[in-house]
Amino acid sequence: MGETLRSYEEINEKIREGKAVVMTAEEVIDLVAEKGLERTAREVDVVTTGTFGAMCSSGLMFNIGHTKPRMKIAEAYLNGVLTYGGLAAVDLYLGATQVAKDDPLNKVHPGEFKYGGGHVIQDLVAGKDILLEASSYGTDDYPRKKLSTWINIRDLNQIYLFNPRNAYQNYNVAVNCSDKMIYTYLGLLLPHLGNAGFSSAGQLSPLLNDPYYRTIGVGTKIFLGGGEGYVAWQGTQHDPSGARNERGIPKGGAGTLAVIGDLKEMSPDWLWGLSLRGYGCSLAVGLGIPIPILDEEMLYFCSIRDEEIEAPVVDYSNAYPNGTGEVLGYVNYGDLRKGRITVQGKEIPTASISSYVRAREIAEILKKWIAEDQFTLTVPVLALPGKESGVRFRNLPERPYSNGQNGMRR
Amino acid sequence: MIETRKVVLHFPQMAVDRPIVCDLALHFGLSFNILRASISPHHEGLMVMEIIGESEKNEEGLQYLRERGVEIQPLSQDIKKVEEKCIHCGTCVGVCSTEALFMERPSFKVRYDEGKCIACELCVLACPTHAMEALF
Repeated sequence: MGETLRSYEEINEKIREGKAVVMTAEEVIDLVAEKGLERTAREVDVVTTGTFGAMCSSGLMFNIGHTKPRMKIAEAYLNGVLTYGGLAAVDLYLGATQVAKDDPLNKVHPGEFKYGGGHVIQDLVAGKDILLEASSYGTDDYPRKKLSTWINIRDLNQIYLFNPRNAYQNYNVAVNCSDKMIYTYLGLLLPHLGNAGFSSAGQLSPLLNDPYYRTIGVGTKIFLGGGEGYVAWQGTQHDPSGARNERGIPKGGAGTLAVIGDLKEMSPDWLWGLSLRGYGCSLAVGLGIPIPILDEEMLYFCSIRDEEIEAPVVDYSNAYPNGTGEVLGYVNYGDLRKGRITVQGKEIPTASISSYVRAREIAEILKKWIAEDQFTLTVPVLALPGKESGVRFRNLPERPYSNGQNGMRR
Repeated sequence: MIETRKVVLHFPQMAVDRPIVCDLALHFGLSFNILRASISPHHEGLMVMEIIGESEKNEEGLQYLRERGVEIQPLSQDIKKVEEKCIHCGTCVGVCSTEALFMERPSFKVRYDEGKCIACELCVLACPTHAMEALF
């Protein structure tokens, strides 16, 4: 780690005085190349990161307020999209991938998935009126059984994004080895290795700039959907223990974040409903995290370049759907970003499902917030499980139900 | 001067069952490359093609088709990129075989060169924000 250069308190003091030196994870690469690690580490206080891409494990927690007479909502729809009501009376949760109830799905393949949870979230945050239809069975204390009303974000009590898994630290590169086109969450994949789809923001991506989670932890204040949010917990499928390269960068999907933030402070520019053909609905989430340059090591991590980050190439026509674990090889984000990679001797075009220019914009906005608007940095209250924690992602050990057994532990 | 034009032909029902496209070659000496066709008897037909020939002959050939009830549009009017819906992810770029859609560097914005489009419509399928529209 080396000598401590500054503490969180010292950084925040400089932020409050408007004197903090802030750079984006992209800008700092050139500066380190020019001035060297040691000198740059003494100059730069904070490095900002960003990512803007499909993050399926996202959703919205909200409370609509009580009706008269009261109602304990059992089933609810927002603009026709099923919303989970298995909570207290008028608390609801809407998931980003939930598809509108009358959608034909993949009955005629590939389905269009025109409208779903992600789109409702974007419409809500844009201030549009949304149709809420709810039903219940009626109780003595909550007698009402039907409700149909327009709602608007401004009238709701609490409404916050609570995304169980965002900001994946690295991700697969998807290809198609079969002889027909396939439709995936990493885009349309043409047959016979016709193209490749990838997702990570690479050198701008938050967890790739803090690969061992030294500064990003529970309680870290972040840019979320255009507003302020927080890291709430390790994300689902958080998997810190896998193979890493010599720069400490995981060679595949690894750490993840659960994040939370007030939707009323966010913007439809940074929460975008997606229709992924043949796959389903999702939400593009804008997320950015500031990283304090506590010492030279943190700057070393933040100076990571696309060329030094590798991702596994996986066949989404067989290896991925069947979970074989087979990897066709590794490619780096420098080549992915340039638009050409070589897989099994064939040069193929690449395309991202996440927006690099918008990731860059997020890092810029966060930089401005810190440099000019007194957005301070938070000390994590709990570290994310690290490489040595033993936390590993596991697949489901299926124990099929058979006659007379219910598989439950007694 | 030899020129190449990309056009979309809409055939009315009455013109579908007559062999008028081949007349472009027979009467006007034009070459053509059919990029896409959806023609069936008793329905309006649609054909996207590239016509190659002397510009004068090109015009005469197209006029010949017009006189026989075929509606003609330049191709570039048919696949549109709606800028305000584009988030510049670039998903479309990987499926665009003619590089009509391309990632501009270093801005990393997706640009569209209408002249290169052959209306395969893969981008319309691929775009997760409905920013690419086919207006046939």
